[in-house]
Amino acid sequence: MRQYSNVITAYLIMTILIILVGVFQSWAIALTILNYCLISAVMTMGANIQWGYAGLINFGIMGYTALGGLAVVLVSVAPVGEAWKLGGLNMMICVGIIVGMIFLIRYVLKKIEKSKKRSYLIAAIIVIGLLLLRFISAPAIESIESVEPAKTGFLGGLGMPVLFSWIVGGFFAGGLAYIIGKIALGLRADYLAIATLLIAEIVVSIVKHEEWLARGVKNVIGLKRPAPYEIDLQTSPWFINLVEKFHSAKLELINSISERQDMLNQMVIDASSIYVKLCFSGLFLTVVIILLIITQKALYSPWGRKMRAIRDNEEAASAMGKNVVKEHLLIFILGSAVVGIAGAMMVTHDGLFTPGSYRPMRYTFVIWVMVIVGGTGNNFGAILGGFAVWFLWVQAAPIALFVINLLTSHLPETNEIKIHLINSAPYFRFLLVGIGLLLIMRYRPRGILPEKIIKQ
Amino acid sequence: MDLLNAIILLLNYTVIPALTYGSQLALGAIFVTLVYGILRFANFATGDMMSFGTMFAVLLTYYFQSLGISFGVLPTALLTIPFAIFMMILYMLTIDKFVFSYYRVKKSPPVQLAMVSVGVMFVTQAIIRIIIGPSDKRFLDGEKFILKATEFKEMTGLNEGLTIKSTQVITIFVTLIVVSIMFWFLNKTKTGTSMRAYSDNEDLALLSGIDPKKVVLITWVIAGVLATIGGILYGLDKSYRPFVYFNNMLPIFAAAIVGGIGNPYGAFFGGYVIAFAEIFLTYAYKRFFIYILPDSLEPNSMIQLLSTDYKFAISFSILVIVLLFRPSGIFEGKKI
Repeated sequence: MRQYSNVITAYLIMTILIILVGVFQSWAIALTILNYCLISAVMTMGANIQWGYAGLINFGIMGYTALGGLAVVLVSVAPVGEAWKLGGLNMMICVGIIVGMIFLIRYVLKKIEKSKKRSYLIAAIIVIGLLLLRFISAPAIESIESVEPAKTGFLGGLGMPVLFSWIVGGFFAGGLAYIIGKIALGLRADYLAIATLLIAEIVVSIVKHEEWLARGVKNVIGLKRPAPYEIDLQTSPWFINLVEKFHSAKLELINSISERQDMLNQMVIDASSIYVKLCFSGLFLTVVIILLIITQKALYSPWGRKMRAIRDNEEAASAMGKNVVKEHLLIFILGSAVVGIAGAMMVTHDGLFTPGSYRPMRYTFVIWVMVIVGGTGNNFGAILGGFAVWFLWVQAAPIALFVINLLTSHLPETNEIKIHLINSAPYFRFLLVGIGLLLIMRYRPRGILPEKIIKQ
Repeated sequence: MDLLNAIILLLNYTVIPALTYGSQLALGAIFVTLVYGILRFANFATGDMMSFGTMFAVLLTYYFQSLGISFGVLPTALLTIPFAIFMMILYMLTIDKFVFSYYRVKKSPPVQLAMVSVGVMFVTQAIIRIIIGPSDKRFLDGEKFILKATEFKEMTGLNEGLTIKSTQVITIFVTLIVVSIMFWFLNKTKTGTSMRAYSDNEDLALLSGIDPKKVVLITWVIAGVLATIGGILYGLDKSYRPFVYFNNMLPIFAAAIVGGIGNPYGAFFGGYVIAFAEIFLTYAYKRFFIYILPDSLEPNSMIQLLSTDYKFAISFSILVIVLLFRPSGIFEGKKI
């Protein structure tokens, strides 16, 4: 038990902080923070699988998150029949051409020996394929995007349950990771970081600008939810009764019936949003716990030992007959798939898909700070990092505002410096997170909860 | 005549903008490559450091304008360059003293330094936004155009006009001066040689009596000069916005790697490769073909290889292709 004491303390502090937000700000805010903390925890677990277990540095988290979000749209949105009728066939032909190109290139690679001729042949296949794609897709895209551009203008999805899309998001991200891994995994650590960062940018720019796919920067709103809707809750009698029972003591105090009814209505509205958020928290918590059990089991299995051996000494592991390249690729795919699930969870939680919001700052670097701060190679540490850094990221502005007001309380309200500082309070989050990262890297380079090697 | 028109068209819309953009990227890429070669880490704070230097130039320009100081037809910002560089070098040395030097002395792996630079990126970004805010700032003054399209048409009698903005000429001119001084310094002076020796083999360089502290100091000074001038030129040509500068880090990295990281010549060249690729692949060639082809063959579509939305994606794709086929860059850089 003693070896877990610091884990328990750290998690207790985190819980108390979130409860404090609930008491002082509002429970809705506290639950939103909790939900985002849980999503961040899934992302950090994914990054931690790559960085902590295998020492692979992956700055492409943004790309996998975006693909996970795309999966939600492609799976859960109802198909747009007219768009399919107008351009569906052409788009399917395009998919066929792409698959054909891949097989043709593979065939050429296998059958013809490495030579200049082969390179030219492959280049010719790619160029011809691209021209064909353009020729076939251009009219289709135009007609798809012209179907009610304000509302749809895209092919739509499959109309399946939204929870299914979390798994699909994982597969999407894993597939992307397979391609990136094949291209970039041979590179040295910091090159890999840059290459993955740039490839993720390419992915996001495709999601942003291919409007026939998921409306691009026009955003998809009103996505399905695995939880009930507030408006339904507010009209269902069992929920109103529940709220009434819960607050009966408070309601007893009010004598006038109309006032009591108003009070109850307000309470039902508040409670419905909290209820929905709690549903999400339950779902997310389930995902986190399942992933935690799997990753813990994997970490202390023979496979986990093999991964650590590869991480700590690649040459030795390779000399012992471990296939380093294959294992790296596998772990790269697994970690990215977890990040993809997190991306799908996030879009489901928000109920909208906004490709324009995928920026490397928020979806790559902040996640990395979480991993480093929490503790590399330790799953509990990764989750804690997700919680702590997200909490800081959200609450930095109120904290900064409080400190600024305290420090400048002697200045008059019209003082220019004071106004300027108060206006720039939101940017103190970068400062706090950056300084936090620098301090942790300097004085506790293995994170708050460092990796523990249990002798077996 | 049609051929001349076509050439002028290309010059106006592709070659001159690409040369300008390439010069701006090249300065940044040399900055990345120097830090990578001598201090041995990938500096993720590149874009924000450039932004930091430019911020001082913007603020000083506003201050000079309020004092009524101007530089005639040239932008006032050029006058502020020395001061901005000074502040920038001060900032870089402070950061180096409190952050990077600890890891350098400990000989940490490059990945750790790269992560530390992410921390520096966060802090720099915060300082910039707190001081100047995230909004768009224009600080260009003086004469805007050297040659206007209408003047050019009158002069030559061609259909197509050629516009040359003063910022474009200033950018190319200043870049050439800065880069030639830097290459002269690296190749011909004793300090420059010692820097290259340190970059090639640190242990041997130390054995032959090169002072590592001096090498690091000079590197940061040169880096400060490059970052500030690169940032100011970009800001004059487009406009100054912190977020854009952070994003510019990506094509700059691409340029440095494409040219062969650790190799300043490669980085200089890589900047232009990226810029020309971005602009040539996203330009719509319709009018160009109308001029050079006979009437019967006139194109209907835009003849645009890729939509301008994919501007950034092109440079990254080039990077991926280079990494696949020539992992050490076009010019031989460091081994990956």
